[in-house]
Amino acid sequence: MIPAVVVFAYLGVVLYIGIFAFRKSRHREEAEDYFLANRSLGPYVFLFSLFGTNMTAFAILGSSGHAFNNGIVTFGLMASSSALIIPLSLFLIGTRVWALGKKYGFITPVQMFRDRWECSHIGTVIFVVQAALLIPYIIIGVMGGGTALSAISGGRVPYWFGGAVVAMVVMSYVFFGGMRGTAWVNTFQTILFLCFGAIALIVIGIGMGGFQQSAEALLGSPATAPLMTRERISPLYFFSYTFIPLSSIAFPHITIFCLTARKMNQFKKTVVLYPVCMLALWMPCVFLGVMANRAAGVPKIQEKIEARRALATEGPRLTADERDALRSKTAGDDVLLLLLERYAPLWLAGLLGAGIMAAVMASDSQILALSTMFTEDVFAFYGGKKRFGEAAQVHTGRLFIVLITIFAYAVALRAPQNIFDLAVQYAFSGYSALSPLLVAALFWKRSTKWGALASTIWCAVSVAAVALFQYLVPAPAGPPVAMWSVAGVDVLSRTAGGTAVFGLMPVVPMTIISALLLILVSLLTSRPGQAAMRRYFHAV
Amino acid sequence: MKRALLVIIVGVLYVLHQDFWFWRAAHPLVFGFLPVGLFYHACYTVATVLVMMLLVRIAWPSELEEGVRDAADREDT
Repeated sequence: MIPAVVVFAYLGVVLYIGIFAFRKSRHREEAEDYFLANRSLGPYVFLFSLFGTNMTAFAILGSSGHAFNNGIVTFGLMASSSALIIPLSLFLIGTRVWALGKKYGFITPVQMFRDRWECSHIGTVIFVVQAALLIPYIIIGVMGGGTALSAISGGRVPYWFGGAVVAMVVMSYVFFGGMRGTAWVNTFQTILFLCFGAIALIVIGIGMGGFQQSAEALLGSPATAPLMTRERISPLYFFSYTFIPLSSIAFPHITIFCLTARKMNQFKKTVVLYPVCMLALWMPCVFLGVMANRAAGVPKIQEKIEARRALATEGPRLTADERDALRSKTAGDDVLLLLLERYAPLWLAGLLGAGIMAAVMASDSQILALSTMFTEDVFAFYGGKKRFGEAAQVHTGRLFIVLITIFAYAVALRAPQNIFDLAVQYAFSGYSALSPLLVAALFWKRSTKWGALASTIWCAVSVAAVALFQYLVPAPAGPPVAMWSVAGVDVLSRTAGGTAVFGLMPVVPMTIISALLLILVSLLTSRPGQAAMRRYFHAV
Repeated sequence: MKRALLVIIVGVLYVLHQDFWFWRAAHPLVFGFLPVGLFYHACYTVATVLVMMLLVRIAWPSELEEGVRDAADREDT
């Protein structure tokens, strides 16, 4: 119970930070203050908060779980590629979005698109697609909170209560503190979970008697030796994954976050130190995930290893449902919690549990972003701000935060998690496919609203099509199964973990076709007026 | 010229991410426990920091901030 008490104390601190931010705010009724912290964030709050916003529960729990089953490839797949692409996109796109936001007063990306391409309802279509891709995130955040709190308390805190507590805490500090509260809480949380990685590595390392023996033992067994290499993942899949971090800058909560910096110089530290934060957080989590395969004294981990072995040896003979049941038993999202439970003293397990909660509670920025988008792109755009005033707009934003939290909690209680895991998995691909919109708006004069619309519709349709395909075609136990081949080349395959198009992850064709559609349709339609061109590109 | 060089450096860094040469190798174990493939990507991340430092130092788009300042000055007058 001690770890749960420490975690509850942590939740109290987080709540206090949010309410303190509310009290510090001097312009509570102004939209720019509530939704963008008055564009006033300093360099370190900007860095830690942006990093924390990007790191969801997956960064700690999912990364170690993925590494537990797939090996060291997890780091190259998700961390080192992000360490290059995300700072680069902040450098190239984030700085431009900041400058335009500061110059023309934009609060959301859709406001910029509407201004850049002189459109109105097309902007609403972009808003709808962005919002639809964001909602599963918020739901999975509530689910993650309930699961983590229940696991940390050893099952004493039920899932429904844990989810309710986390949802209430997040809702309260977002409701009161707005962007300022969210940024401060994220900064505190990021520092906590950055410390978490190093402490967990030391404590578990000591508990396991050092890593040298475990590493040698893993290499000595034919079942676990591949985890120390990357042979479980194909080089094509590895390459495809570098398209996923393109989603980061296209996520509305990240684009909106770029507008909160006080000066453009604030980006400098973030661009340089972002990869350092990636290394500090992901390296211990991935390494511990792999080492968990040698945690002989943890029965629950042994059950997972047994299930993996059964899936590999008997998989092809089993039914799809039996395979799914085995696959869910192999899921390693809780291996880090299990290692801590086994090797860390109780009080430390509590502190480390708080670090895990910090990552799980990353849905705050998404809730605020959705509220910002709704009030700016719908409420204000369709005349609400003019009719009812700016204070009413902020109240609407707060009301929206309450409603979306209640909705997310209600869905989290009823729906099975795997549906939302799938939705989140394809939200990344969807946002990667939306990234050409930002590039075109900022760098390509000839881009048009019709090109943007074609790209957005393609993105929505392709995400739905891939999700439907995976829902209808059961995952195979072994190698990928070709569903459509042309002249001996596998065009579309169902893999154990998802879908492959020409052996690549769907994100690659989705993003390339999105960019091509944007180019083609833009060239076929008339360009925006001279005024818009001058605003964005000075001399035309 | 400087910008072209930076573009090439970033391109090379992207290519270096696809390190198929260590694909099936675990040895040598760096520090006795870190597989070489994982160590490579840790070094790769450090190299990314250095490239980002170069970008910030050499190609920082300060003209964007000046554009914002000019617009603010025009509004003030």
